[in-house]
Amino acid sequence: MSTPEKAPPAPERVTRRRGRLTDEHGRRVGAGELVLRYALLLVVLVLTVGPFLWQLSTSLKGPTENIFSSPPSFLPAHPTLHNYARVADTIPVWDYALNSLTVAGASVVTNCVGAALAGYALARLRYRGRRGTALVFILAMLVPAEGIIIAQFTTMRDLGLNNTLIGVLLPGSVNAMNVLLLRNAFLQLPHEVEEAAFVDGANVWQRFFRIALPSVKGTLAVVAIFAFMFSWDDFLWPLIVLSDPSKFTLTIGLNYLHGTFANDERLVAAGTVIAVAPLMLLFACLQRYFFRGVGEGAVKG
Amino acid sequence: MALSPVSRVRRQLPVSPWLFAAPGLLVVGAFVLYPFVSTVVNSFTDRRTLIPGRFVGLANFRELLHDEMFWIALRNSVLYVLGVVPALVVLPLLLALLVQKNIPGIAFFRSAFYTPVVASIVVVGLIWVWLLDERGLVNSLLETVGVGRVGFLSDQWLLLLSAMAVTVWKGLGYYMIIYLAALASVPRELHEAAAVDGAGAVRRFLTVTVPAVRSTMVLVAALASVAAFKVFSEVYLLAGPTGGPAGEDTTLVMLVQRTGTGLTGRVGYASALSLVVFVVTVALMLLVLRADRREDA
Repeated sequence: MSTPEKAPPAPERVTRRRGRLTDEHGRRVGAGELVLRYALLLVVLVLTVGPFLWQLSTSLKGPTENIFSSPPSFLPAHPTLHNYARVADTIPVWDYALNSLTVAGASVVTNCVGAALAGYALARLRYRGRRGTALVFILAMLVPAEGIIIAQFTTMRDLGLNNTLIGVLLPGSVNAMNVLLLRNAFLQLPHEVEEAAFVDGANVWQRFFRIALPSVKGTLAVVAIFAFMFSWDDFLWPLIVLSDPSKFTLTIGLNYLHGTFANDERLVAAGTVIAVAPLMLLFACLQRYFFRGVGEGAVKG
Repeated sequence: MALSPVSRVRRQLPVSPWLFAAPGLLVVGAFVLYPFVSTVVNSFTDRRTLIPGRFVGLANFRELLHDEMFWIALRNSVLYVLGVVPALVVLPLLLALLVQKNIPGIAFFRSAFYTPVVASIVVVGLIWVWLLDERGLVNSLLETVGVGRVGFLSDQWLLLLSAMAVTVWKGLGYYMIIYLAALASVPRELHEAAAVDGAGAVRRFLTVTVPAVRSTMVLVAALASVAAFKVFSEVYLLAGPTGGPAGEDTTLVMLVQRTGTGLTGRVGYASALSLVVFVVTVALMLLVLRADRREDA
C-alpha cells in the first residue's frame, strides 16, 4: 500500500500581527470567515464527540432517572457510579479488561520484536533467499484477513489453541505490514555507521541492538501503538476463536453484555465507557504519533 | 586489505539472517499463507468443523449460485460499497479543508475529530445502537422537533443505511488525516494565481484543490471500497448475529462467519464464500487503480 505524499514544507501559518489573525500571505483572516469556521468546527465537534458524551452521561444516570425522556436531558440529575459496580457484578468486566490488556501487550512485544528482526534481515543482511523472504511478507500483506478467517479457525483447532488467549494473539503477532514498515526504516540508516561498528568488532546482534534498533525508535513507536489498538479493538477474530465466557476479551464481553442485558442501557453504557477509556487515555498521551508529518510539529518545523 | 569493510559486513555468518527472519516467517506462514492455501483447497471439499472433507469439485460454487442468502449478502456488501465510498471520498476532504488552517485551538479539534477512529468498533456500534434505538437520543430529538420516531433498527433498508452512516462516522477522522497530508503539499501559488484571476472559494476548490489531491482521492476510494466490501462489525452489532429481520441485512463476511464456525460449521462451503470475498476485493482494488490510470492518460 502506498502512503500519501510526504510531509509538506510549512503550508499554512497564522501569526498574530497587531492582535489580528493573518493567513499565510499576510492577509487578515476576516472576522466573518473565522466565525463561520468556528461554527462549523463546533458542529462537527458535537457530531463526533457528542455520542461518546451521551454514552458517558447515560452510564452515570441512576435507576430512577428516565433515560428515555423527550426532550432528552443531557446531564444526569443524580450522577452515580452505581452502574459501573453493577457491570462488574453482571460480567467479570475487569477480567475481560485484563485479558484484552494481556493480548494487546503481548501483541506489542511480538510485533516490535518479530517485525524489527525480520525488517532488519530484509534491509541490512545479504543472504540467499532474501528476495523470497520479502515476497512472503508482501504476499501476506495482500491476503485479506476476512477471507482466511475460517481456515485460521481450523488451523487453531488443529493446534489445540482454540478458546485460548494465545490463539487470539497468534495470527496478528507479527503483522507483515509492520515488517515492511521497519524494513523501510532500517533502509534509511547510513551504511557507514554499521560498517564502522563492524570494523570495531561488533557482531550482527550487537549491531542490531546497539545501533540499528535505537535509530528506528519512531517507527517502533508507531508499530507499537497500532499493534495495541488493533488488538484491543479486534472483534471478528476473538468472536470466532473464543467460545468460553471466562476467556472473553473486552470487545467480545461487551457484545455478550449487550446481547444478554440489551434492555438495561445504563449497564451497557458503563461497559463501553470502561472499554474506551484506556484507549482515549493512550491516544491523548501519544496523539503526536498519530498525526506524524501532518500535525503541528511538522507544520511548524 | 583483502576485503573492504562493506563486503565483509555482507558476507558474515550464513545462518543468522534466517534467525532474524524466522519468527516473522513462521507467524506469517502458519497463520496467513497456510490458511490462504487451505481456504482454496477446502473450497473444493465438503469439510465440516469436526469431519474431514472429501473432494467435491465445484459443488460448493454451484450451490452458491442457487443460495438465496448468498445473493442477499452479496447485494448488501455491494450496496455498502456504493453507499459508503462516495461519502468517505468527499466528506473527509471537506473536513480536512476545515481543520487545515492553523487558527487557535485547531489542534484540539483535529484530535477530537479523530476520537471515533480510536474507539473500538464494538464500542462505536453499541453507542449507535443506543442512539438509534426506538427510544434513543436521535428519536427523542426527532420527536421533540415534531418529526416523530423512526424505526432505524427495525426496517431492513434503514438499518443498512444506519450501519453505513456509522462506518462513515467512524472513518471520517482517519481519511481526514490522509487528506491533510495531501493538502499540505498543494503549491500555494496555484491558489494565489486562481484568486488573482478572480476565482471564488468554491471555484478554487474545484479547479485547484481537487485536481491536486486527485491521486489521494483514488487511494481513499480504494481503501474505503475494500474495507466496505468486507464489512462485518457495524452490521453485526446493529442488526444482531442473524443479520436483522429474516437475515435480510446479512453481509458476505457475516455469512462466512455464520456458516463456517461452530461445531457444525460448513468449512468447505464457507471457504468457497471466502474466495468470493477475496476475488471481489482484489477486483475492486484493480478497478479503482485502473480508473486512476485511465484518467492520467
